[in-house]
Parts: sequence; C-alpha cells; structure tokens
Amino acid sequence: MDKKQADKKREFARFISKSEPGPGDGGRTGSWRVARPVIDLEKCIPAKKGRPACFKCWAFCPDGVVTKTVPPEIDYEYCKGCGICASECPVCAITMMAETDFAKKKAG
Amino acid sequence: MHIIDSGNTAAANGVKLARAEVIAAYPITPQTPLTEKLSEFVDGGEMDAQYIPVESEHSALAVCIAASSAGARAFTATSANGLLYMSEQVHWAAGARLPIVMCVVNRGIGAPWTVWNDHQDAISQRDSGWIQIYCCDHQQIIDTVIQAFKLAETVSIPVMVCYDGYILSHTYMPFEIPDKGRVDAFLPRISPEYRLDPENPVNLNTVTLPDIRLDIHGKTAPGYMEIRHNLHTDLRSSISVVEEIDAGFKKNFGRGGNPLIEPYRCDDAEFVAICLGSLSYQLRLAVDKLRNDGIPVGVAGIRLYRPFPDQAVREAFSSKKRLIVIEKALSYGNQGALCGDIRAALYAATGSRPDISNYIIGIGGREIQTNMLVDLLEKACTGTEKPGTEAEWIGLRM
Repeated sequence: MDKKQADKKREFARFISKSEPGPGDGGRTGSWRVARPVIDLEKCIPAKKGRPACFKCWAFCPDGVVTKTVPPEIDYEYCKGCGICASECPVCAITMMAETDFAKKKAG
Repeated sequence: MHIIDSGNTAAANGVKLARAEVIAAYPITPQTPLTEKLSEFVDGGEMDAQYIPVESEHSALAVCIAASSAGARAFTATSANGLLYMSEQVHWAAGARLPIVMCVVNRGIGAPWTVWNDHQDAISQRDSGWIQIYCCDHQQIIDTVIQAFKLAETVSIPVMVCYDGYILSHTYMPFEIPDKGRVDAFLPRISPEYRLDPENPVNLNTVTLPDIRLDIHGKTAPGYMEIRHNLHTDLRSSISVVEEIDAGFKKNFGRGGNPLIEPYRCDDAEFVAICLGSLSYQLRLAVDKLRNDGIPVGVAGIRLYRPFPDQAVREAFSSKKRLIVIEKALSYGNQGALCGDIRAALYAATGSRPDISNYIIGIGGREIQTNMLVDLLEKACTGTEKPGTEAEWIGLRM
C-alpha cells in the first residue's frame, strides 16, 4: 500500500465500536445497579488473614471492578450489581443490598 | 482469455481472481451454480481458500463477518429469501464496517413462492448500509466482483454485486477473464482498518451507549450515533471512490467508464428510460427501434444504487423532457423505489425538472418482451398528458 492509498484509507471508518477490557468501557454502568454488593470484612478471607488469598470475587467479576487487594474493594462507579461475586464468595462475605435500602440508610 | 459461459461462472471467476480467503454460502436458486463453481475451485486446489459449508444464509454471513473481523478477504452469495434470512447479519456487517463482498443473484420474494427474477430481494436491503452495484452483462459481473473487493477494502463498507437471476446467472455469453498477474497488481491485499488480534484483545460492536464516553485510556470514544453517522458519510464519500476505482480498472483492463450511470443514446435525448440491471441492455433494442422512427429517446442504467449518485442524476437528467423509470421492484404501497430516489434527487435540481413516469414490470419473472418495451416507450414519449403520480404495472394479464 503506497502512501497516497494509506492516507485515503485513513479517512474511512474513523469511528468504529471497539472497547478494551477494563472498568468503565461500557460507560458509567454503576447507575444500572438495583442492588449493591457489600463485603463483610469480618468474614472475607483475605481481610481476616491479612494477606493475599481467595480473591474469587476478583476472579469472577465480569466487569473487572473488584480489586485484588487486602481487603478487596469494589468500584461502585462501574459495578452493575450482577451479584456474581456474592454468589461465588465461599464464606458468604458478600451480600446484595437493595439500592433503595442503601439510600435510606445513607439518609439516616 | 475469452470464454463463453454463464453469469454465475463469471462471478465465480471474479472471486477466484480476487483471491478470496474465506467463502461461506448456502445454495439457493438461482445463485447455486456460483457457489458450486467456487467449491470446485477450492476442492480442486485452484483457489487457496477455506470453503465453509453452513446450514443457513444467516450462518453464511455470520461466518464471513467472523472471517472478515479476523482480517480475511471474505465472500458469500445468495438470492431472494436467502438474503432475507441473513438480513440481520446484512445490517450487522455494514455497521461493523467489514469489507465483505456478496453477490445477490436477483430473484423475487415469496409469498407466493417464486424462483424467477425481479429486484425485490436486493431492494429490500437498500437501507442496510451496504454498497449496491447492479450489473448488465457477464463481463460487468466479473469486472465488478474484482472491483468490489477493492472498493469494500478501501472504504471499509461491504458491497453487494447484484445481477439478474436466470437472465444473467444462467445464460451463456462470451466474456474475458482478466489476466491473473494484472488483477494481483490491481487488487493487492489491503490491511484492514481493524482486525481481531489475540495479542491485543478487544470487544467489537458490543452494547454502545447513546452518548459518547471515555474509554479505558481516558480518550473520548464515539457513541452509537457517531458510528452510524460515520457509516453514512463514508457511504456518501464512496461515490467518488467508485469512480476512481473504475478509472483505475479502465486503465489496466480497458473496460468501464460509466460506474455510476451507464447511458445509451442519451446525449441528444429528450426522453430517457431509467432502470436497474440487464433490463437497460434490453431497452437499448427498443431505443434503437424508436430512434429509427425519429423519437429522441435514450436509456440509462443506474449501476451504483447505494450510495445513490444523486448529483450525477441531476447532471444527467434535469434538462430532459421526460424520464421513464421502469422497475422490477417497488416500495409496496408507494411507488417504485428507484423512481422515488430519482424524484427526490431531481426535486433538488435548480431550474427545470423533467416529467417522470413510473412503470413496474417483470415482477416474479413475468416475461418482458422487447415489443412491450417499444410500446411502453413510444406511449411515454409521444403522450401529451402529464404523467400521473401512480406507478403503472405493465404486462398484467387479468
């Protein structure tokens, strides 16, 4: 392909739908959530042990919004509230709290 | 090399010369001999391609979409209800900006069931975002297939090469098979605009939000509307690319020159018949007959139907006295689809505008005899009344 052709080519298909793995590439999907995962650090294995362990919530999150840290953290900006982490947690440390209840609790 | 063979064989030779790498198709009359010929080429080692048998047309185009996404040159072909069955993927291929080439061997649509020729199949996909080119003879079929790959890959938009079922697909005519070395030079492998790469995994065409967004690098990424607007503007820009590719083809192979509208005896014509496909060549016989009788009539075949060459239509026809748009398809409940497009293009003309009359003909393979065309043109050219707004059906027997 000579340069002229290359220039011509670049003028077309300027916009395509392409996304890469990472939090937030589908937009601020946290607003989709009707229930939020809440981690009970009394039960969470890495939190209890104080060292890297388990991380099933991180491994199973389809949107990559759970960190592989001690303790694990959830990015609510992008978490859609699918509940997979709560379902996968081997010690039932994650519960799904209705956003309406969370809002009431927040408002006191 | 000149051979005498069918339109389907002409198309298959075009695909072979274009060095398609993945072919997936499901047989349907009258397209079947085209895909049979391609499977022969692949099985006999004449083509270095993957021929993937599928269980439906929807799968055929899905395979081509996958192959094209991975950077392969992909081809499929279909007709009529097969095209409708793949319709969801037809729209997808355009939105995904994949340079797939598909031959549509034009046939009427059921119900009632028909296997004979008209244009309703391709016309029904007019608004899918594909480029649509209509062919008038076997030479145009093979030449257009080769150019279609270059066009699709230049503009990242899939291309339908349409030709009439039976009238072209199954009749035998002499045509030249271009020299392989020259086609290789004319049609080099162009690296696709994007392709799947295991080293850099990406999602293509997933749920795209109404609004623009920031991607994971913090750069503004387009929303659905930007992507669709880009498809439209690129289609509009493709008109000049069609002309450039045709000029390049003519320089190399000596054929072409009228890639948008193919006129015959139109220069001094006051009346011009307009149509799609092989009908325009049959109309030349009627034009010759009427010219002998002193009627200043010509015929123009629209070769590029989408994107619609509205500017070229205005330049060619706005000074004519009357246009006679003859169609093998229509927008049911309104008028001929082509006539609607011609009327819309000319409404934007400054100064004079011709009268336009619309005729529907040859639906579901109803025979079109040349003397019918002579009568139709003679009446349309010599009538003193203004044409009505309703399309007139020609050849109805009841």
